[in-house]
Amino acid sequence: MLGVGLWHFLENQFVRYRATWTSTIITSILFPIMFLVSIGFGLGTQIDDTSSLGTDDYASFVGPGILAAVALIQAGSLSLWPTLGAIKWEGTYQAALSTPLTAAELATGHILWIGFRVVVGASFYLAVLALFGIVASPLGLLAPLVAGLTGLSIAAPLSAYSATRESDNTFSLINRVGLTPMFLFSGAFFPVAQLPDSVEWVSKVIPVSHGVELSRNLVNGTISAGPAALNVGVLVLWAGLGWAMAIRTFEARLSA
Amino acid sequence: MTRSVEALKLTKRFGDFVAVNEIDFHVESGETFSLLGPNGAGKSSTMKMVSTVSPITSGSLRVLNRDPNTDGRAIRQRMGVVPQEDNLDQELTVRENLVIYARYFGLSWADARAKAVELLTFAQLVERGDDRVDSLSGGMKRRLTIARSLVNDPDLVLLDEPTTGLDPQARHLLWERLYRLKEQGVTLLLTTHYMDEAEQLADRLVIMDQGSIVAEGSPTELIAKHVTKEVLELRFPKADDGSRQRPDGLDTYGFHIELLPDRVLVYADDGDAALEKLRIESVHPSGSLVRRSTLEDVFLALTGRTLVE
Repeated sequence: MLGVGLWHFLENQFVRYRATWTSTIITSILFPIMFLVSIGFGLGTQIDDTSSLGTDDYASFVGPGILAAVALIQAGSLSLWPTLGAIKWEGTYQAALSTPLTAAELATGHILWIGFRVVVGASFYLAVLALFGIVASPLGLLAPLVAGLTGLSIAAPLSAYSATRESDNTFSLINRVGLTPMFLFSGAFFPVAQLPDSVEWVSKVIPVSHGVELSRNLVNGTISAGPAALNVGVLVLWAGLGWAMAIRTFEARLSA
Repeated sequence: MTRSVEALKLTKRFGDFVAVNEIDFHVESGETFSLLGPNGAGKSSTMKMVSTVSPITSGSLRVLNRDPNTDGRAIRQRMGVVPQEDNLDQELTVRENLVIYARYFGLSWADARAKAVELLTFAQLVERGDDRVDSLSGGMKRRLTIARSLVNDPDLVLLDEPTTGLDPQARHLLWERLYRLKEQGVTLLLTTHYMDEAEQLADRLVIMDQGSIVAEGSPTELIAKHVTKEVLELRFPKADDGSRQRPDGLDTYGFHIELLPDRVLVYADDGDAALEKLRIESVHPSGSLVRRSTLEDVFLALTGRTLVE
């Protein structure tokens, strides 16, 4: 089902990226740094009691959390419009299907590419965290991969959905009532345990809070096997289910 | 001679709607074959099945001696597709569009780059090679799309309405390029709703209407079989109420007649003689024109409707 076409598709994305990567990198680095500075160092100075955070100070709590939470936003914006664009408005995926490439290869490459983009952005951001002295453990080097996996867990189901749409009229709504609340309640900015129980369980189910927890524990060197395995498991589950769905919706849409 | 495409009782249904209804046709390798018909005739649905993108509903279809349902990848490896709407990658340059597409077919980078140079010449886009696609005119984009379909030296090229929306000059340039491919022995399967396009390019064609094939043959065969050599077109002045002042009984003079909203067509092997005869019978049109018959007349004779409405 997946063959060399997958590599050819990713290669194409690299060629396209070469022309635009500088401008996209600047936005994808500035965005998390903005949050780090304003919330981590700005708001953080007002927080005296850090006992419930499990980290030395608020910046160490929020810094690595933002790394995974921003992956959600970035993966969301790379999934919704660009998927529909390539399928409906530009037809570039139809063009690719007149070659030996298959719809499954397109769907897979499309999602992996978003994951890659998230890893690149997160790597730059991790370097910034290190400059501020926030990266306490060498395991922190794995955090961009966690961001990438978090990106996949969002990109796969959202791309699968976007491929079924005729217009983008639901996308802004998804951003406002889906992605933005997930971003805020991901646990990046405050411990989810502080939420009422009726809301807390939501943050256990959504993938991004697992990405936040994992990233934070890696960067601060507070990782332990059991919770980490659960975090990875939830992320992989979302990414895997979304991937399987995306293959189906891409195949259905592109054969019509 | 081997057959590039062979369709038997080929059918495509979307729910209750029958887009293609049990059509039989075949394309010999090396020939240019055309599906001619108005919008909605089932041409594009047929093309999508041949291009292995859309599964067939029933009947049988062989493309390049393979089954599109199971051997799609292998068929596409040997085929070029020019879709109805340009789907070039707007983010890439003209040259990158060709190189990347060639890579999809498994050419090495060096071969892909060499192929792009060759095809830029074919498409007369050498000077525009490093420009972005969105700066090209409509005709240039079409030529690039056709060039892109040739990166794998295909045995069969499918062209879905290749000149729709182009100005006359751009169309003629495109026809000339397609004719060149035909001379090189490439099998072409094209759809069109322009009868002059089918007459210019097609060795053989089928006329489609509402999902079915209504006639098959070479352009000259079809004209000889279904209509007369010439057509006399008559125009009559408008009456005060907006209707046409057409004399009654035009069909009683022994000619086949078609009444169109703006003119009357009289089918006759000798158009001038027919006009003379009508004048003797006191039919006095405000304007008249004798021309040779076209596939448009064949379509009209078979379906009672015009191709481009």
